[in-house]
Amino acid sequence: MSGGAPPSGPFPREAVIRVRGLKVGFGDKLVMDGLDLDLYRGEVLGFVGASGAGKSVLTRTILGLLHKRAGTIEVFGYDVDKLTPQDRLLIGERWGVLFQEGALFSSLTVRQNIQTPMREHLDLSQGMLDGLAAQKLALVGLPQDTCDKLPSELSGGMTKRVSLARALALDPEIVFLDEPTSGLDPISAGDFDDLIGTLQKTLGLTVFMVTHDLDSLFAICDRVAVLGHGKVIAVGPISELLLSDDPWLKSYFHGKRGVIRARAAEGRPAARAGDDRPQNARR
Amino acid sequence: MLEPASTASGPRDMSAVSAWPERLVTTAPSVTKKAGGDGVVLSLAGAWIVGAGKALETGAASLRSEVGDAKSVILDLSAVQRLDTAGAWVIDRARAELAEAGVSAAYRGARPEHALLIKEAGYRPFEAAKDVRPSHGVVLLSAVGETVYESGEDFADIVDYLGEIVTMLGRLALHPLRWRWTSMVYHLERYSLRSMPIILLINFLVGAIVTQQGIFQLTRFGAASYAVNLVGVLGLRELGVLMTSIMIAGRTGSAITAEIGSMNMREEIDALKVMALDPLEVLVIPRLIALVIALPILTFLADLATLSGGIIVSWIYAGMAPAVFIERLQQAIATETFLVGLIKAPFMATVIGLIATTEGMEVRGSAESLGRCVTSSVVKSIFMVIVMDGLFAMFFAAVDY
Repeated sequence: MSGGAPPSGPFPREAVIRVRGLKVGFGDKLVMDGLDLDLYRGEVLGFVGASGAGKSVLTRTILGLLHKRAGTIEVFGYDVDKLTPQDRLLIGERWGVLFQEGALFSSLTVRQNIQTPMREHLDLSQGMLDGLAAQKLALVGLPQDTCDKLPSELSGGMTKRVSLARALALDPEIVFLDEPTSGLDPISAGDFDDLIGTLQKTLGLTVFMVTHDLDSLFAICDRVAVLGHGKVIAVGPISELLLSDDPWLKSYFHGKRGVIRARAAEGRPAARAGDDRPQNARR
Repeated sequence: MLEPASTASGPRDMSAVSAWPERLVTTAPSVTKKAGGDGVVLSLAGAWIVGAGKALETGAASLRSEVGDAKSVILDLSAVQRLDTAGAWVIDRARAELAEAGVSAAYRGARPEHALLIKEAGYRPFEAAKDVRPSHGVVLLSAVGETVYESGEDFADIVDYLGEIVTMLGRLALHPLRWRWTSMVYHLERYSLRSMPIILLINFLVGAIVTQQGIFQLTRFGAASYAVNLVGVLGLRELGVLMTSIMIAGRTGSAITAEIGSMNMREEIDALKVMALDPLEVLVIPRLIALVIALPILTFLADLATLSGGIIVSWIYAGMAPAVFIERLQQAIATETFLVGLIKAPFMATVIGLIATTEGMEVRGSAESLGRCVTSSVVKSIFMVIVMDGLFAMFFAAVDY
């Protein structure tokens, strides 16, 4: 099962990330075994899989944090094995990452954390940096007095949001989100989804989202890829995956927690089957 | 016509990027002024994105300057090629500033996604970074005051802590089964066996250096053979234990602080507490006991290394056969000389262990605080080791040992 319908939108179907035959392992254990994956420009790709299936490993391999044993990874058309330091720098400006634990710089304030990518990559005045930091903070729904706090003074949800604000600082083309809504209350998680949806529509943002939040999957993901046995075992719009008879998928979507959403989704067949870009369920 | 696009040759010349997709090769943001019938029309063009850097700021500044003394202005966004959150913010900030100056500004011709972006990511008043710094004099005085106060507090803390540890040891003495033997043996191995090579090497070198200088200086008085007394007494009484303690403070004390500190950062110590386990019993006591056992062993080995350094150098520089050296050594030193050094070792270990573990418990959330605590652990331990050695020297002189 490959592809699914291309996302509609202002951009043609262009793969910004192309992974082919990826093999990653630790010791004698192969976590990724010949994995293929495409991430198209302007789409939100949800990435699911059992805990420990290697979702974070894949994300980290694409980001260049883990070494692969075989296969190719192309980012924006560059082969990551043949990057010059200059290319590496440019790619660093074009993607943003929200790590699972936030990964905020613990000795910098929230404001400095958000400004770090802008300060390092661009030549902007201090007033502009302060303004943009305040804007990003407002964008992720945090009050302005968060600015001068240190990461150790933030709650888990606030850490996630600040980390998203930092990931968005350079208005990247791709954002990697590693379980962005875990640990958030349902309202904040909904706002988070809304924000991602808005940015995708307005900026043409491409989103690679590892998540277990079924609400997020239904609300904003154009396609969902399922990881199992070191490969992508299924990929497509969620409406297709719901019909799949793979046992793991069945228990994932139709289990106790999935069934309510699935029913809700069936209640709006027009929004699911006809439209490849589902309406944001919460709007 | 205004052309902030001169900055196209600035730091962010995007057209210079060879492999950049054509769609992304963009022009710098620019503003064109048209005087229409209904007031001033400013037409924005190019890519208003954060990647434009300074050009974005100059573009926004020109928005304000171009208005002149007009009372109403229309911002025409129809020619904007790309817009991101930063671009939306600077445009909206210019509009907000114009509105504040009494100029009514409105948008026209924005693409739907751009209009949405300006709405979502638009300008909101914010407080600039506060940089309130009192005068240098005040900073200096308050820093001195804080340091003095903190030193006093540190001392009280250490005494308090020592009390807790003694109580804990008393409690553990009643329940020998609660001793964490495995942990203790594990730490003993790391602190003694693993640090043996470096301790032996350092003390061998110190012994050699002291003997060499002793021979050089004493030769002038025809007393080169007294270099044996020098290295024997100095090495066994002071240098062996001092060098070993300093090395252990640097090597093991820092490791203890970093371990306990990062456990503190990751809430592992809180986890122990809620399981009703006392971090003192689980983490501190095994390390402390291991250190108290390790340091005398290492000191003994260090003494041997110092003397071997002496033997070899005397042989080379003074032509003194090892057998002669050992015979002279037996006359020069007594058992006390050796014991004086060894007695000090457990006290040094206690001081190093106490400081290292308290500093570890002081670590708060940030990486910076971990670094600060490890540094202060090492600095304080070395300082205290030397102070203790001085106190012991006075004590032994007083009791004539």
